[in-house]
Amino acid sequence: MKTENQKAWLFVLPVLALVAFNALIPMMTVVNYSVQETFGNNQFFWEGLTWFEQILRSERFHAALGRQFMFTALILVIEVPLGIAIALSMPRSGPWVPVCLVLMALPMLIPWNVVGAMWNIFTLPDIGLMGYFVNHVLGITYDMTQNPFAAWVTIITMDVWHWTSLVVLLSYAGLVSIPDAYYQAAKIDGASNWSVFRYIQLPKMKNVLTIAILLRFMDSFNIYTEPFVLTGGGPGNSTTLLSIDLVKIALGQFDLGPAAAMSLIYFAITLFVSWLFYTLMTKDDLN
Amino acid sequence: MAKITLEKLRHSYMSAPQGPDDFALKQIDVDWNDGGAYALLGPSGCGKSTLLNIISGLLIPSEGQVKFDGRDVTTLTPDQRNIAQVFQFPVIYDTMTVRQNLAFPLKNRGVDDHVIASRVGEIAEMLEVTDMLDRRASGLSPDNKQKISMGRGLVRDDVNVVMFDEPLTVIDPHLKWKLRSKLKELHQRVKATMIYVTHDQTEALTFADQVVVMQEGEVVQIGTPVELFERPAHTFVGHFIGSPGMNVLPAEVSEGSARFQGQQIALEGAINKGASGRFEIGVRPEFVTIGDTGIPAKVRKVADVGRHLVVEAMVGDHKVAAILNDSAPSQGDTVHLNFTPAHTRVYADGWIATGAAS
Repeated sequence: MKTENQKAWLFVLPVLALVAFNALIPMMTVVNYSVQETFGNNQFFWEGLTWFEQILRSERFHAALGRQFMFTALILVIEVPLGIAIALSMPRSGPWVPVCLVLMALPMLIPWNVVGAMWNIFTLPDIGLMGYFVNHVLGITYDMTQNPFAAWVTIITMDVWHWTSLVVLLSYAGLVSIPDAYYQAAKIDGASNWSVFRYIQLPKMKNVLTIAILLRFMDSFNIYTEPFVLTGGGPGNSTTLLSIDLVKIALGQFDLGPAAAMSLIYFAITLFVSWLFYTLMTKDDLN
Repeated sequence: MAKITLEKLRHSYMSAPQGPDDFALKQIDVDWNDGGAYALLGPSGCGKSTLLNIISGLLIPSEGQVKFDGRDVTTLTPDQRNIAQVFQFPVIYDTMTVRQNLAFPLKNRGVDDHVIASRVGEIAEMLEVTDMLDRRASGLSPDNKQKISMGRGLVRDDVNVVMFDEPLTVIDPHLKWKLRSKLKELHQRVKATMIYVTHDQTEALTFADQVVVMQEGEVVQIGTPVELFERPAHTFVGHFIGSPGMNVLPAEVSEGSARFQGQQIALEGAINKGASGRFEIGVRPEFVTIGDTGIPAKVRKVADVGRHLVVEAMVGDHKVAAILNDSAPSQGDTVHLNFTPAHTRVYADGWIATGAAS
């Protein structure tokens, strides 16, 4: 006879408490704000789904969301192939491996706001190394505080500089785990370099790439600190991504209701896209 | 298909090897005939995989030459040599179907589509995987994956040699012999030269017409399974092949006769003149009998292994194993051991030092 008891639940309780305090309860306060209006003094008035409707119909939100998707799409399109390419060209063994790994890891060790500040100074037209070079040596007018295109180039470049390493390190981990026999078999089968990549390396990297893309999606979709420090969302609203807009509404305008509704919509979009991507990528593994 | 010749082959993984100990392969001279089935047998680290990789072209030897049909191929790449190799772990292309996997080596060589289709069909038939042709290869069981790896080697009908690097390592025991006999059957059908690397004597002896036994980077003996069993040229071969291995006992040799524990031992033939060094007597447990007279020994262990009994007896400090078919003494008994003279030999420094029985 198997004795059944419910003691296992006791072991789950600490986790439940932790999750409750750091996620569920804060989130519920957001839900609370999203359906009410408040003017301070702890006075609340029921508003139902008004804020949600307002946000979903707001052109400002649509524009920020569009910029957000554009930003994420651009950095993924650049970082993933670039990361794979760098990982492929890194040595698999020998004394240069640790050197490469440390060099790759360095950008990721720098705090986000420092990265923003670094790139801000780096691109200043008059004193920044890159800004001066582009403006005065190459003779191309480049000022991200004036020109939206320059601002976009800068935030994309900054993100690529900061985060391509993540894709590199994950891809590299996937690559070094491929046994030599695969490469030897491919050589014997007369496979071209492209075939080796297409039929051996890429399939073997699939799992780590899924994780890499997922992480890069979530991080870039929620990015705040770096563009905030770098451009502050400008010039105009040209680099106002969702999170920057959200903070403007919540803390700048103190519209807590709409900000709460926007947070929830934002969260739902992130969750849905992540789920969709993960499901699509792993559906082959199930059968 | 080709005759393979290895001439004065030496290999070291170091850039500046000093003594013979720095060489993974010390000196190999071998001739392998077209269409033969050969096995490379030896313990892990004896250099057999190194040798295999040199033949396949994955490794360039430090010294010496590899020749296919007399043509020097030492520096050619694997695809230029036109060989096939099956690895220890099944190598399959996960994203392809079984059919695409089998067709891959032909496609890369630009073979016509209808030729590919017929070759793939033929090989699938031989390997009994026809019903899986359109399945994704990644979902197959390990033994079927390994069959596909073999199939990719065999699908090209112009390969010079097909090499197997311990191909049954990851296969379940009950499927091992099935695949092994499949391999034997394939060899008879495709008539390609095949080289099979293993540390498992059963695999080597059942697969090969000729077995090359290696130890520490050297070939110790080349022979048919029967030769290796009946007349090991080195105590290592005697010990490595057989279960239990050959009894190797210290001997004193003087005036052309050998003694073990003070008893004179009859041998298959005369001891070679000039043989010197450390002398040992080698006799297989199959040729040790128990009689009324002979070398006195105390039985330490009797094991019933099914078909026969393995008796372990102590002569002084030396263990002697005997294989008996019927009645066996019990543990603790004192018995008298006899060595069948025709199968009893003297080894000097490990190498055989008696002339063959006439």
